[in-house]
Amino acid sequence: MKANADPRYAVEVKDLFVSFRTFKGYAKVLNGVSLHVRRGEKISIVGETGCGKTTTVNAIAQILASQARIDGGEILFRGVDELKMGKKELRDLRSGGISMIFQDPIASLNPVFTIGAQLREVIRYSGADGANNKEARRRMAMNALAETSLPDPERIMENYPFQLSGGMRQRICIAMALATPRDLIIADEPTTNLDVTIQDQVLKTIRGRVEDKGSALILITHSLGVAREVADRIYVMYAGNMIESAPADRIFKKSLHPYTQALMDCIPKLSGGGIAGGIAGRVPNYFSPPPGCRFEPRCRHASAICREKMPGMSEVEEDHSVACFLYRDGR
Amino acid sequence: MGISIAKRILTYVLVLFGLSILIFVIARVMPGDVARMALGPRTPEATVEALREEMHLRDPIYTQYFYWLGDIFKGDFGVSIISKRPVLDDIRIYLPATMELVLLSAVFTAFFGIVLGVLSAKYSGKWPDAIIRIFSYFGVVAPAFFWAVLVMLLFAYLIPILPSSGRIGPGLTEPAHVTGMYILDYLLAGNTAGAFDALKHILMPAVVLSFGGISQAARITRTSMTENMMKPYASAERAYGIPENKILFKYLLRPSLNSTISVMALDIAGAFAGAFLVEQIFNYPGLSRYCLQAMLNKDVFAVSAVVMVFGVIFIVMNFVTDIIISVLDPRVRLAARGEA
Repeated sequence: MKANADPRYAVEVKDLFVSFRTFKGYAKVLNGVSLHVRRGEKISIVGETGCGKTTTVNAIAQILASQARIDGGEILFRGVDELKMGKKELRDLRSGGISMIFQDPIASLNPVFTIGAQLREVIRYSGADGANNKEARRRMAMNALAETSLPDPERIMENYPFQLSGGMRQRICIAMALATPRDLIIADEPTTNLDVTIQDQVLKTIRGRVEDKGSALILITHSLGVAREVADRIYVMYAGNMIESAPADRIFKKSLHPYTQALMDCIPKLSGGGIAGGIAGRVPNYFSPPPGCRFEPRCRHASAICREKMPGMSEVEEDHSVACFLYRDGR
Repeated sequence: MGISIAKRILTYVLVLFGLSILIFVIARVMPGDVARMALGPRTPEATVEALREEMHLRDPIYTQYFYWLGDIFKGDFGVSIISKRPVLDDIRIYLPATMELVLLSAVFTAFFGIVLGVLSAKYSGKWPDAIIRIFSYFGVVAPAFFWAVLVMLLFAYLIPILPSSGRIGPGLTEPAHVTGMYILDYLLAGNTAGAFDALKHILMPAVVLSFGGISQAARITRTSMTENMMKPYASAERAYGIPENKILFKYLLRPSLNSTISVMALDIAGAFAGAFLVEQIFNYPGLSRYCLQAMLNKDVFAVSAVVMVFGVIFIVMNFVTDIIISVLDPRVRLAARGEA
């Protein structure tokens, strides 16, 4: 299994297919998603609500809901395919390898245990040095809180989640995810539910802490602006497919896919133009997807081939790939 | 905190006061001549008339009530017509018997109700869940006396391993009265064989009495558990590598217990009064069987006193529930202190 793994990668997803059981049958949510994160690299997955961003990272963290079914693909973590892991290996993966920061800091902390109790428990199952020692756990917990610049960690340890503000709670979630060394941190829209005034601070905290610890980061967001602020590289997702990936500044300078370009146009600009018109149409149906490109019905460059075949990702220049027939030779 | 407790105690006093009026009136308006029933059909009318006078039965009902209430404050609940003993003495004998029965069944209810509920939620939609749910439908639908007859048939007749009636075997003498609960009293006296025998006698009625509560608790626990399993913190805890069973039995169970405990407490309090059919079938000398007989014989003092005892039990259970919930759930606790 280790033979085909690239040692530079913290995680590599190859051609992942996931569907969800619903009353109407299986909804095909991911249709061959591939991505990789290099060690210590910060990437961001950008896309509309419902495009499969969260499903992708939940698959990586192996916390998919019970209705989800993995139909194919590989998720290589430390060179081992997660989908073939046994129970114990999965536990190790979760406790020492991957950690998550969730969208809703109110709902992602247990309401009836103190922050200290929850933090200590996370550290206890992290497999970190000293995690077996009660006093060491306490020290590590205090440290983790202090490192995310939370005031008065001593008091916060005794507090319950509902006694703290949203921003503090999200910092606590960050502290939990980063209390012990991890290879990969996944942050699933960590600022969506926060007040605009503290979004920026929280993002800076995440970036700073990930850099300090040398972890890799996958940041999910629907805002290209947020992605640019944090990520080295950006993936753009649409309707269960990756459609473009490029270094952050590159994608801002020269986005290739019509969908990415439309997203760029949606960013409100201070100088001129005001708020853009948005993208016409809606995210397509997942139950019986048409054979062609999923963006075709909304695309202003669509042509005959777009309706017949799904374009795969192809590299157009170094580190910059796009899934669109516009950039294929012999189109 | 102090004010809220004082408020609560005041409410309890008012509830008991209301209950005392209610039960007094109901006991008196039931058909039948109290004095005549107490003395029997052959007693001369003059004697019966004298008793009527003594019991103030000729006075208006509100006067009678104040006589009764006045006696209660002096610690006198009247004399039972059937047993000819002060009602309080009867309660002292029968209440611990029922208490022992209900406490044991409460232990079964709490343990099996919660464990089955958690397992049902864990295997939600799979066969263990189906079995537990079918069991709990039957537990809720079929009344306790049905189970009593069934269990008795099974374990006292077809496979005779448990005694079918009474509190202790015929070869044993009653333990010295300390708590009135035989298992405990035997253990206090160092008589383990006696305690074991008493346990064997109480096992079947206690199990039967707990069926309804177990079913109810399992269903409610399952519902709140499955609800909480969808919460992001459940995924978060899984993502942090906390073992699955610890998530279930600690991190998901605790926030799920509030409604289970409230319902369970009412079930348990209700079991004190509702145990009479089970007590009757297993010939177990408990308080609710005593109350039933008192009702049938228009033993007004006994009925009123026992109902007051049940009222106090409900209030105590309510109080205990509030305390347990506020220990388990900091949101409730701190809200009560005004900190949330």
